[in-house]
Amino acid sequence: MPQLRIVVLVKQVPDTANVTGDAMKEDGTVNRAALPAVFNPEDLNALEEALRLKDRHGGRVTVVTMGPPAAVQVLRESLYRGADEVILLTDNAFAGADTLATSYALALAVRKLGGCDLVLCGRQAIDGDTAQVGPQTAEKLGYPQITCVSRIDELVAPAGSTDGVITATRSIEGGFETLSSSLPCLITVTGEANEPRPASVKLVMTYKGIAAEAMPEYDDTYLDPESDVAEVCMLGRDGQPVCRARVVQWDHLALAADREALGLRGSPTRVKEIESVVLAQSEARMVEPDEAGVAALVHELIEEHILG
Amino acid sequence: MGSGDGTSAASATRNDVWVVVEQHDGTAAEVSLELLGRARELADRLGVGTGAVVAGAGAPVRALAPALIARGADTVYLADHDDLGDYLALPYTRLVAGLIRQHQPQIVLYGATTTGRDLAPRVASALRTGLTADCTDLRIGDFSAKGETYADLLFQIRPAFGGNIIATIVSPEHRPQMATVREGVMVMPEADESRAGAVVTVPVERSSAPVAPADRIVFTEPDFAVRLVKRVQEEKRVDLKGARVVVSGGVGVGSREGFALVEKLARTLGGVVGASRAAVDAGWVGHEHQVGQTGTTVRPKLYVACGISGSVQHRAGMDQSARILAINSDPGAPIFSVAHYGIVGDLHKVIPLLIQAYRTKA
Repeated sequence: MPQLRIVVLVKQVPDTANVTGDAMKEDGTVNRAALPAVFNPEDLNALEEALRLKDRHGGRVTVVTMGPPAAVQVLRESLYRGADEVILLTDNAFAGADTLATSYALALAVRKLGGCDLVLCGRQAIDGDTAQVGPQTAEKLGYPQITCVSRIDELVAPAGSTDGVITATRSIEGGFETLSSSLPCLITVTGEANEPRPASVKLVMTYKGIAAEAMPEYDDTYLDPESDVAEVCMLGRDGQPVCRARVVQWDHLALAADREALGLRGSPTRVKEIESVVLAQSEARMVEPDEAGVAALVHELIEEHILG
Repeated sequence: MGSGDGTSAASATRNDVWVVVEQHDGTAAEVSLELLGRARELADRLGVGTGAVVAGAGAPVRALAPALIARGADTVYLADHDDLGDYLALPYTRLVAGLIRQHQPQIVLYGATTTGRDLAPRVASALRTGLTADCTDLRIGDFSAKGETYADLLFQIRPAFGGNIIATIVSPEHRPQMATVREGVMVMPEADESRAGAVVTVPVERSSAPVAPADRIVFTEPDFAVRLVKRVQEEKRVDLKGARVVVSGGVGVGSREGFALVEKLARTLGGVVGASRAAVDAGWVGHEHQVGQTGTTVRPKLYVACGISGSVQHRAGMDQSARILAINSDPGAPIFSVAHYGIVGDLHKVIPLLIQAYRTKA
């Protein structure tokens, strides 16, 4: 194949691992504003796998996210780690999407990029834990899938050939299995796969503050070092390089999407009800943490045949 | 299908409640049998029948049908073909999506195993229908929105947002309504060998034509883009599900050394060691010990939670235990809300007291 092309799908998520008291509103809904937004952890593992494959085989890593304009931050963080190209899908028409409508938009973006050899994404996002967007995007693209991958064993991608093969190992209940797939293929990656690299100081200096720019026509000539438009960085007033036009932004028109299949309208599922987890009044019988209290409890459990 | 008989059979079973059964070497996964029990209840509520889809190669899968009927299936859709010997996403998607198109069940349930979580989303995408992952409860009820009322929808209930909320999801206008459910969440139904049911053999073909016809289940070359190189089953070292007593440690245990105390209590009581996700993430104990929504769901006679605060995900995996004893230094820990007995105190002092009391009484 001429050049290995990898697309990584990532998501900016609220940091559900660090939910504090003010994260829930009084009406029981989630106050997203009170939670820091982070790079979904397993998507970072997927990006790391992509960068490692690029380190070994060469090629291009394109990162795509769908989200509000603020999601540009995860794209910056992707550039800081070595992504070549980043795409932000943002549009009110995408709002309220469930996994089906999300996978539709993501699949259109991969198509607009001209397809690729590998799509990598995290197994699941920590806000929903559904693990559905990967397989659904694969189905929409007509790509085979290998999910829940803890190790990419081998990529054979002969130059000038279309017969690439990827071999990967996934965890299953009580064991693991190794699968090999022809390319193109979509792979979802778990946190076991690797330790993501930190941001490079040099790349942070280069891409800090880079903003998204609507570029409805996909044009990758700026990625070609020989091209006239490759010069995307210029020096700012403080002498530091300032970049422009490297976060490509697409809306539903750029994707030529069917509005009926996008966002809330394109989502079969509806949230009927959300309950914040309000704990029932404690009914536990409290036992004193001393010898007499504990002995009486153990005695009772034995009497009731709870303990043998 | 295609014959007159086939068509009438399909219309009689339309709107059924289905379970896609996972099997290995002729043994059905426990979660699939548990789901048949709940499918039976949902179908009775809706006044329809139940269907079980099972696929594999050869005699072992064919022998499975009576067991599925005994656990509650009215119709078993049996696909026996050499290409279905090992689970692979693409051919299984073609099979399950094809059967759903032909028979139009209103509900399809899958175990939330690595297989179910691989297959169900791909099927949902192929059918452009909704899917809810990792449900902890399923019910039937009505839903109103924008002046429309939808009767008898499947309420798909699951924790979300890191377990801080419980969401009820519905799929009002798309069929089938689909969900995955974790093992151990639903109660295993008793086997009733006297139940009657039908076995429908699903014709499956392999064709060299590039495109499969829509009305039959035909595998083509692209369905085999992925091939299984090897599958390794390690012996299950931890039997949390079958344990009478589970003693679990959480972040409050403090260290790997502290975890040894949890293990000692488990040994003393003849129990099995469990853990919260935080303790597993801290590296004090292996993932196979994890109890909760992303680990194992347990229902022992006694569950002892040591230094576990009690997130929703953890409680979803243990709150059906017959008795729960919580030991925590924080009297406000959520674990006390599901516990039958609570001890507020330092577990490093309380656990030795428990060990001593049990040894002297027993």
